[in-house]
Amino acid sequence: MELMVSLGLGAVTACAVYLLLRARTFPMVLGLSLLSSAANVFIFSMGRLRSGIPPIVNSETTGYADPLPQALVLTAIVIGFGMTGFIMALAVRARYQTGSDHVDGMEPAANRTPADES
Amino acid sequence: MTLLIIILLPFFAGAAGTLMAQRRGFSAAAWAAAVPTAASLALLAGEVPEILTGEHIIVSWPWLPSVGLNLSLRLDGLSLLFGLLILGIGLLVILYTRYYLSPEDRIGRLYALLMLFTTAMLGIVFSENALLLLMFWELTSLSSFLLIGFWTHSPLARQGARMAFAVTGGGGLALLGGLLLIGNIAGSFELSAWFAARDAIRNHPQFNIALALILLGAFTKSAQFPFHFWLPAAMAAPTPVSAFLHSATMVKAGVFLLARLYPLLGGNLVFEYVTTTVGLTTMVFGAYVAMFRHDLKGLLAYSTISHLGLIMFLLGLDTPMSSLAAVFHVGNHATFKASLFMAAGIIDHECGTRDMRRLGGLWRQMPQTAALAIVAASAMAGVPLFNGFLSKEMFFAEALDLHGIPLLESIAPAAVTLGSMFSVAYSVRFIHDVFFDQPHDLPHQPHKPPRYMKIPAEVLAVVCIAVGVLPSYTVAPLVDVAARAVVGDSLPFYRIALWHGFSLPMVMSIVALAGGSGIYWLLRNRYDVHLHVPARYTGRLLFQHAYDGSVALAGRCMNRLQNGSLQRYLALSIAAFIGLGAWPFIQHGFQTGRLAPMPVGPLGLVVWGIAMIGALGMVWSHRTRVVAVILAGVVGLVASITFAYFSAPDLSLTQLAVEVVTTVVLLMALARLPQATPRESTTHRIVRDAALAVIAGAGVALLSWAVLTREQDSIAWYFLENSVPGGGGHNVVNVLLVDFRGFDTFGEIIVLGMAAIGVWLVLAGMRVEWPAILPKPEANGIMFAAAARLLLPFALLVAVSMFLRGHDLPGGGFLAGLIVSLALLMQYMGEGLHPILTRVRIDFLVLIGAGVLLAGLTGLAGMMAGRPFLTSANGDLHIPFLGDLPLASAVAFDLGVFMAVLGTALLTLTALGQARRKSPEAEEGRPWN
Repeated sequence: MELMVSLGLGAVTACAVYLLLRARTFPMVLGLSLLSSAANVFIFSMGRLRSGIPPIVNSETTGYADPLPQALVLTAIVIGFGMTGFIMALAVRARYQTGSDHVDGMEPAANRTPADES
Repeated sequence: MTLLIIILLPFFAGAAGTLMAQRRGFSAAAWAAAVPTAASLALLAGEVPEILTGEHIIVSWPWLPSVGLNLSLRLDGLSLLFGLLILGIGLLVILYTRYYLSPEDRIGRLYALLMLFTTAMLGIVFSENALLLLMFWELTSLSSFLLIGFWTHSPLARQGARMAFAVTGGGGLALLGGLLLIGNIAGSFELSAWFAARDAIRNHPQFNIALALILLGAFTKSAQFPFHFWLPAAMAAPTPVSAFLHSATMVKAGVFLLARLYPLLGGNLVFEYVTTTVGLTTMVFGAYVAMFRHDLKGLLAYSTISHLGLIMFLLGLDTPMSSLAAVFHVGNHATFKASLFMAAGIIDHECGTRDMRRLGGLWRQMPQTAALAIVAASAMAGVPLFNGFLSKEMFFAEALDLHGIPLLESIAPAAVTLGSMFSVAYSVRFIHDVFFDQPHDLPHQPHKPPRYMKIPAEVLAVVCIAVGVLPSYTVAPLVDVAARAVVGDSLPFYRIALWHGFSLPMVMSIVALAGGSGIYWLLRNRYDVHLHVPARYTGRLLFQHAYDGSVALAGRCMNRLQNGSLQRYLALSIAAFIGLGAWPFIQHGFQTGRLAPMPVGPLGLVVWGIAMIGALGMVWSHRTRVVAVILAGVVGLVASITFAYFSAPDLSLTQLAVEVVTTVVLLMALARLPQATPRESTTHRIVRDAALAVIAGAGVALLSWAVLTREQDSIAWYFLENSVPGGGGHNVVNVLLVDFRGFDTFGEIIVLGMAAIGVWLVLAGMRVEWPAILPKPEANGIMFAAAARLLLPFALLVAVSMFLRGHDLPGGGFLAGLIVSLALLMQYMGEGLHPILTRVRIDFLVLIGAGVLLAGLTGLAGMMAGRPFLTSANGDLHIPFLGDLPLASAVAFDLGVFMAVLGTALLTLTALGQARRKSPEAEEGRPWN
């Protein structure tokens, strides 16, 4: 199971990084959102993977999963939403301000001037 | 305490006062600067009797004891002499400045900077702690930079300021290194501790490095050859600044530093050899160049360099009398040079030029100024009856008395005589060219200088004569205690007097005076110095080359890194992160742990497969954006399942709710963006990005694998044990959020709220066409709207339940907030935004603010009860019919979290939703438009 989680994290991270490096805002935001999912699971897994023992204190069980990474990740998930919303708003605004959804704020054709190519 | 007041008074009272007083005119500003300076001077004068008895005062307050920085101050003979000079000349300069500046200059700024400098300079001379001294040292460099560049419109001023700052700042850096090394050896930064540990420090192998660095600091500050070139460039400053900083006080800081550290450095052969050689070279070189300068201030600048070299030479020598001569000449030079600068300023002010090729015959128009300048120039040349003569004679005597320094021993007497001849020559040139020669090309008819402008120079001229004629009745005691502070009590019996009988130094003086006058005559009549074109100065040129070169290099690096493509920056950043992450692997190798892995179930495989397909599918189909959004949702759901499977129900629920809201946000944004992504990446770029992505993914997988196979050493047991007794809740994750780590959560809801407000601000007033891909709101379907309306009360009920049980079972404020947002979101999808907004009459901004406020107040309640911020109280609340409800004050905190989360989600959604409305009135008074 550990191997699967590791491989899964690796795969999702790789896809996220690839999308992050795209030239248009929307795939980039998707990549960011994907990356934050991967990061959340990664931080969570630092408390090790344990099944069936949630950190809710009761008298029957003695073993619990590590609650600390869970608490850290919980806020991170919600903040991830806030950040996605913000960056999406920026992307929408930039699209209407500059007329392009390219991350550099202009279409690549307009970007190419003779000075740049020399 | 008095010492501290003396230091701080000029800046704290003077700088603020002058800035406020400048509206009321120049005189008010001058008074505002003069009064604190005079008060400091009076306070310092009050200490004179005690210091003259040979006492010294050391006071100390701890400041940052962990790094050895203490607010330690010392008042002894040396600092007294310098302190009186700084404040005395400072006072005269304040008066002079009042009449020097033109009405359009900002006098308040100049005075404030002068006050800053005064405080910094006093700080240097009164510091007992080396780090404190260094701080003030840098402050003088900084104020000098600002003062040289005072006339910001002049390119010469800006260039001179930069040059001075680069040279003295670089020297300051070296000095820092030297002082840190010595502090490290001595284990303290207190100067008295250094002097006590003198032998241990000097025998340490690092001492010579420290010495070299300290000398570098002193030589750059005191404009010693080959670092002298910044001082002539600094003459672009207003003349009062030149008189004060660049002749009388700041440039003496290097000399002061060596005098202050003399108990530690004195007698060391390297110190002696380097300092005397550099000093002598500077003295002769400066004097030689000064003869050929046409600008009055340029002449005085090189003369200052020359005299600083003279003092440096004397300080380097290992005889008690040489140190006495050094401190004596510090005072003498300050008086006559400041006076000459003031005279130069008056001439410039009244004639409109400082060029000696154009000036001449001013004796008739301004006889008083001429008389003052003659007195000061005579002192500079070393004419008997003036103060410069006395110290120069001592200087000659010391130069004749060099024993044990090979080479220098035989050169020095000739060199100092030659230097003094040059010195006489440029002094004569100053007087003759300006006051007696024929005027050549005056810009306008000179007028008489204002009465009060001459007073400072007059005072200084009187001092020159008084000291020169009656040394033992004027400054002798002060110079004596100052010298004793440098060399200890080893001063032999001596007498400062005008007439020592006929001696070799006397002969040298006569030779210098006669020879110097002869040189001037030759220069004037045989060479015609007025036609001399100054050579290009190598020091300055080298500096300029180095400066231009580094600017060009920085520019090239910038262009290479910053080509304007964010895509490229991100790729570079990710590559850098990969490098940082890979470094520990490269260093220590990669090893897996030995923890037995959990078995894999069929369900696990299926879920894993879905995640892989989802992620890879996103890459595959990211051009078709809607598909990609849905696949992102799939990956999010897998994350939620992962949390659920591995014992994290809270996370699972939160992830689920967030995923839904996020998907809606993404779709809403997508409606306002192009629906597809064009194919535009080059193959090269795709390969590069894919390589980065694969390496990053592999790194994460390896790291995760390495950690997951190892035993865990967690601090979780503390939270598990204390959750019920300390936090009153069984759900440890929730207790962590609202109690143990409540401060984190508090910060996080603030960030969350800020993000939502950011969304609102970014989109405020934005007006776009109705997205073509969206149907009109009423077309959304009646069935959906009805179902959503039906669902609302149940959703709210679930939210309340989740909220209340959160402390003991999965749930809590975060989750409840998200569930309510979801319920309202469905209403919105069913009926459109407007009906929802009219029904839910809540300002979401207020909701966020109230949530953060409530959480903060809950924390403050803990403080009121005398406990730390955010300490919670708990107990059981009995509610009729429902029984005992375990309740902690953290519930109020959680309620704040709930409100903030709800407000954030709804504000984000409505802001995105409203961004498509065409409402012209929304555009007014909003940001971004």
